[in-house]
Amino acid sequence: MDVAIWKGDGAGGQYEHFAVPAEDNQTILDVVSWVQQNADPTLSYRFACRVGMCGSCAMMVNGTPRWTCRTHVKKVLKDGQLKVAPLNNLPVVKDLVVDMDPFFDKWIKAGGLHAPSKTRDDDIAAIAPDTDGRQNANAGIECINCSVCYAACDTVRSNPDYLGPAALQRAWTIVNDEKHAARGAVLDLVAQSDGCFNCHSMGSCTAHCPNDLDPMQAIARLKRAAIKHQLAGGGRDA
Amino acid sequence: MRAAYRNHPLWLAFALHRLSGLGLALFLPAHFYVLGLALHQPQQLDGFLAFGAHPMVKLAEFGLVFLLAVHMFGGLRLLALEFLSITARQKTLIAVAISAAFALACLFLLRAFSI
Repeated sequence: MDVAIWKGDGAGGQYEHFAVPAEDNQTILDVVSWVQQNADPTLSYRFACRVGMCGSCAMMVNGTPRWTCRTHVKKVLKDGQLKVAPLNNLPVVKDLVVDMDPFFDKWIKAGGLHAPSKTRDDDIAAIAPDTDGRQNANAGIECINCSVCYAACDTVRSNPDYLGPAALQRAWTIVNDEKHAARGAVLDLVAQSDGCFNCHSMGSCTAHCPNDLDPMQAIARLKRAAIKHQLAGGGRDA
Repeated sequence: MRAAYRNHPLWLAFALHRLSGLGLALFLPAHFYVLGLALHQPQQLDGFLAFGAHPMVKLAEFGLVFLLAVHMFGGLRLLALEFLSITARQKTLIAVAISAAFALACLFLLRAFSI
């Protein structure tokens, strides 16, 4: 098959074509690895676990962001052609490697750090599994930080300061985490100008999340919670 | 061409909502201008109303009502999405919104041609 791989750096680049032998069972990551091992040893790309746990191998595949280690070639091959590029909306370091710093910085900006409400000497808080808060948090905690949602988001594309789906979904799990000490402060953070109210509900994050999470819904609920919080006087004394 | 990652119903709903909003924003100044004629230049308004009876204008009015309906139901969809606890039914909502918009606009078109 004909595989076009984007090569270059932050200043620019172009697609280079490689003829890669097709196999019965072959992932996009297998294809990229084959090129690096057999055709172009200078090709840079990032991966670690190869089983969809670590979230480091996401790339644009035929125009759609995907986790390449668990995307089968058969599923995405178009007329015998494959186009692989670095993720959208993040600065390119080299070839298929993007700088994830802006993505992770936003997790912190959205209040993603845990603020403990107890010390190690206290008993562990008992959280009933069937409470709304626990269910809401459960819906988002399987995020592997792969940045697929971030690369698919046109709101990030038009406003690079927008916190993005992953960071806001993290904020929503924290708002629902009874063990967190500063949940009101997180609602204040996400209500700021580049926060949850930027979301236009285009739904590309939810459509492409490889773990079938629903960041769009998390953000919608975050909006509602943030409005309630502000109406109740939140943030005024922060 | 639409980028591959935008190829899903929710993005289409967003685009329809945005385009219908832009269309309405272009329409409104003209609308207010024509309404203003009633106050200052009633003859010109009568002339415009006569022009409005033309079948092609009626057809354009169908488009206008369609834009209005798409925008209204799109907005209701967003309100439902953000303020109600709706989950997997979002796609169904979009389908309902668009078909209701079509139905309204078609009703208007039938009425326009039956008079």
